[in-house]
Amino acid sequence: MFAILAAEGATEHNPIIPLWQEIVVGSVAFAILCFMLMKYVFPRMEQTFQARVDAIEGGIKRAEAAQAEANQLLEQYRAQLAEARTDAAKIRDDARADAEGIRSDVLAKAREESDRIIAAGKDQLAAERATIVRELRTEVGTIAVDLASRIVGESLADEARRKGTVERFLADLETVGAGNGSANGSAVRAS
Amino acid sequence: MIGQSVVLAEGEVPFPPSVEDFFLPSIYPWGEHNSYWITKFTVLVWLGVAATIIFFLVTYRNPKLVPTKKQWIAESIYGFVRNNIAVDMIGHRGVAFAPYLTTLFVFIFVNNLWQIIPFVQISPMAHIAFPAILAIISYVMFIYVGIRHHGFGKFFKHSLMPPAPLFMQPLLIPIELFSTFIARPVSLALRLFANLFAGHIILLVFTLGGFVLINADSLFLKPISVLSWAVSIAITFLEALVIVLQAYIFTVLTASYVQGALADEH
Repeated sequence: MFAILAAEGATEHNPIIPLWQEIVVGSVAFAILCFMLMKYVFPRMEQTFQARVDAIEGGIKRAEAAQAEANQLLEQYRAQLAEARTDAAKIRDDARADAEGIRSDVLAKAREESDRIIAAGKDQLAAERATIVRELRTEVGTIAVDLASRIVGESLADEARRKGTVERFLADLETVGAGNGSANGSAVRAS
Repeated sequence: MIGQSVVLAEGEVPFPPSVEDFFLPSIYPWGEHNSYWITKFTVLVWLGVAATIIFFLVTYRNPKLVPTKKQWIAESIYGFVRNNIAVDMIGHRGVAFAPYLTTLFVFIFVNNLWQIIPFVQISPMAHIAFPAILAIISYVMFIYVGIRHHGFGKFFKHSLMPPAPLFMQPLLIPIELFSTFIARPVSLALRLFANLFAGHIILLVFTLGGFVLINADSLFLKPISVLSWAVSIAITFLEALVIVLQAYIFTVLTASYVQGALADEH
């Protein structure tokens, strides 16, 4: 090819035969460019790209983490709320049950108390009645003996006086009977 | 350029443009024709590299998670090559190649950009030396990556022997050898070089053609020079597309070769 072009002979320079000086200059210039750009510029660009990716992905990741945490908290609060509601219901139920128990207790106690009071009253009444009956019996005996002795003593004196004595005795009885009840008086009069 | 201006001032337009328009006298020592160390081309390369480094270092001096406008532009360039070329072509392993591919893309793009910058209007890539360096680097890189990934024997077996019947291999191996190990670097370098070279030639044809027309003897031809210049402006817009496209194609092909070297099946 060189031979052909040289054969034309018209040109001093051949455009496809490189000048070695330019090869040297071009190589050095390109090497410097490569060195500067590949050492100081493009690695930093890669770093920046990476940092940008990290920033975006990191942001997304942080947002996701925050979202997850918020969801977890919400879930936790819901659980706590439900628990609190259950607790409250339980407490209310317990209180109601307690109140019921207390009321029935109190009622039972009151009934028991009233029963006891009634029983005590009955006992006391019975005891008093027994005492009265016993006293009355003694008194009736004494009175009967007294009357009998008077009747026996008077009959020996005179008829009239006997009459008077009985009358007096009866009057006495009347007065006593007014205090001790008419039943005794009439019983005494009947005998 | 300077030579041209002198010529234009003298009223003699060198038309049609020739290859010599791409080999201008050197800047230091001034006007020397066989000194190539400090020429318009090398100065443009240095300027492009310096501007690129400064741009990236300044915009990425203090990177923030929420980028500033300049930081966003710098990130977009890297992000574009990283995601739309490296990762799309190579897969997840492409991230490791993204810094080199981006540097490659930026270097080609910035050097191509000189093609349409007023008063410069020629790209260093119109000299085969610069595309050739890049093509050789891509060539060495994909072979090295392939050998490292598969091992020496397996890589060349993968590359040279397509899955075909054995009796076809004597035919296929030379084709694969040529297409993979010869045509790839040559086409990479030539494609970029030729696009920029041709672009500059076309610009020269229409711009210088305009001067030729306006200096023409026939009064009828003079107004056509305006049309010629209008076309050169339109071509400049086309070149704007070409410079981006060529930088993209070079980078994509490099990524594709690396992907092919890393691929597990043929």
